[in-house]
Amino acid sequence: METIISLNKLNKKFGAIHAVNNLSFDIKKGNVYGILGPNGSGKSTTLGIILNVVNKTSGSFSWFDGSLSTHQALKKVGAIIERPNFYPYMTAAQNLDLVCKIKEVDRSNIDEKLKIVNLYERRNSKFKTFSLGMKQRLAIASALLNNPEILILDEPTNGLDPQGIHEIRKIIKDIAATGTTILLASHLLDEVEKVCTHVVVIREGVKLYSGRVDELTASHGLFELKVEDDSEKLIKLLSKFEGISSIKNDEDIIIATLSKPVTATEINSYLFQNGVLLSHLVKRKPSLEQQFLSLTNNKN
Amino acid sequence: MLRLLNIEIHKLKYNRASRILILIYFTLLTSIALIAAIKFDIGPIKFHLAEMGIFNFPYIWHFNTYVASLLKLFLLLVIVSMMANEYSNKTLKQNLIDGLSKKEFILSKFYTVILFSAISTLFVFSVSLILGFIYSDYTELSIILMDLEYLPAFFLKLVGFFSFGLYLGILVKRSAFAVGAMIIWYIIEWLIFAILGWKAVSWETAQKIKNFLPLEALSNLIKEPGSRLDAVKTVAKQVGEDLSKDFSVQPLDLIIAIAWTFLFIYLSYALLKKRDL
Repeated sequence: METIISLNKLNKKFGAIHAVNNLSFDIKKGNVYGILGPNGSGKSTTLGIILNVVNKTSGSFSWFDGSLSTHQALKKVGAIIERPNFYPYMTAAQNLDLVCKIKEVDRSNIDEKLKIVNLYERRNSKFKTFSLGMKQRLAIASALLNNPEILILDEPTNGLDPQGIHEIRKIIKDIAATGTTILLASHLLDEVEKVCTHVVVIREGVKLYSGRVDELTASHGLFELKVEDDSEKLIKLLSKFEGISSIKNDEDIIIATLSKPVTATEINSYLFQNGVLLSHLVKRKPSLEQQFLSLTNNKN
Repeated sequence: MLRLLNIEIHKLKYNRASRILILIYFTLLTSIALIAAIKFDIGPIKFHLAEMGIFNFPYIWHFNTYVASLLKLFLLLVIVSMMANEYSNKTLKQNLIDGLSKKEFILSKFYTVILFSAISTLFVFSVSLILGFIYSDYTELSIILMDLEYLPAFFLKLVGFFSFGLYLGILVKRSAFAVGAMIIWYIIEWLIFAILGWKAVSWETAQKIKNFLPLEALSNLIKEPGSRLDAVKTVAKQVGEDLSKDFSVQPLDLIIAIAWTFLFIYLSYALLKKRDL
């Protein structure tokens, strides 16, 4: 599969702070990637480096197998970093026109892209009159102007109201459905879980995981159990059961993580035979959120 | 090059403040011609500036380029703000992400500076030519073509001055502070001159050193034309002053101005390259 960007032992230091630490990963064409990490984990810095606005301290990265210089490669990329930055005194259409001149692409796309993000009616309004949600949508239209090989989005829903978040997510999903490669940095896990096929987890600039989302969440799952009275006895019984690797007491719900496939019927009949009657029993797959928290906490 | 110029013009033409300043600047440049209309007619005292010889070829080249260069402040505001606004709107970051290289970014600004300076020079040339044909006592081709070096000097003076403005714009990132920084730098040049002349070397050597500083070097390109006027000379002679000095454009001054221009553009690029945005 064609590599779009490849990072090799990338480092960035801001004085004593090691913002990006020996980071290496590849982005392949056709996948939707999420970069996950808490605030201040180095996501934006990493994107800043590959987008030519932050200087790396050491290491290297190459666009399209090194066949293009960074600024030439960026003409084939669509990117939105944090806040939408446009000329406040220009209208939406004039701003996009300027982007076409910089990217050296035809202006005929402007109307079509404005329609995708529902700003066509407002194309002749000045950028400074836009709400944050509209500004963010204009940024997406601008990133799509060149029909990019890859769309890079850094916290695209940051600071938006629920309505705005919903609109942006829908647009991203639609774009992903067309087969465009996407790299989405976010600290919002459900956002990543909903749209991404692959994920890179970083914390304090260090890569903790990179691979498919379903591999990260793949495990034998877990049980949530609850009894009315004697939870001590339940925990004792569970710890004797083969196939349960750990037991955690989360308020009044007991969470038992599995190390091999166990059905709910098996566990229920085992407990019943030993005289425990459950008031609550659910088997679930761990969410990305739980996996993410266990990954980022393990480092502590 | 045309692409970069086109990008910068796109940014300027929709900006109302820039448009107004540019319009004022070129209107004022044209209105140099209005000096011709200055006429006092108070009883016995008759004074018509245009007939004092200021529009005589070749003196007109010197006079008009000098007066026109006083107006450069209007364009400086446009140039400083076109750089500083890219920082305050964070559009510089967006431009780079969209695929403009840092070098192209600086070049697009520099080409614009060259364009403005070239148009200004053309303007001054045309206005002077027309005024000269109307008011000059001599219109022989050989006399018209004399002292034309004031035009390239004027062009370089503008390019150097605006390049300084670009550099300050990128250095301090705020238009108002950048203009302030230039005023402070002007004072610093005087302080260097004063301290050197007062404590270290003779006043003459201090002046020679000051000639190498950017603002002084740029102002040396076209020296004040007032004391070159015959009328002024005559008056000066009567009170016993000798005002004969060399008014021509000095090659050394040209070289210093070009060197500063290159340095300012290079420093702007180096600064932008080094900075994280």
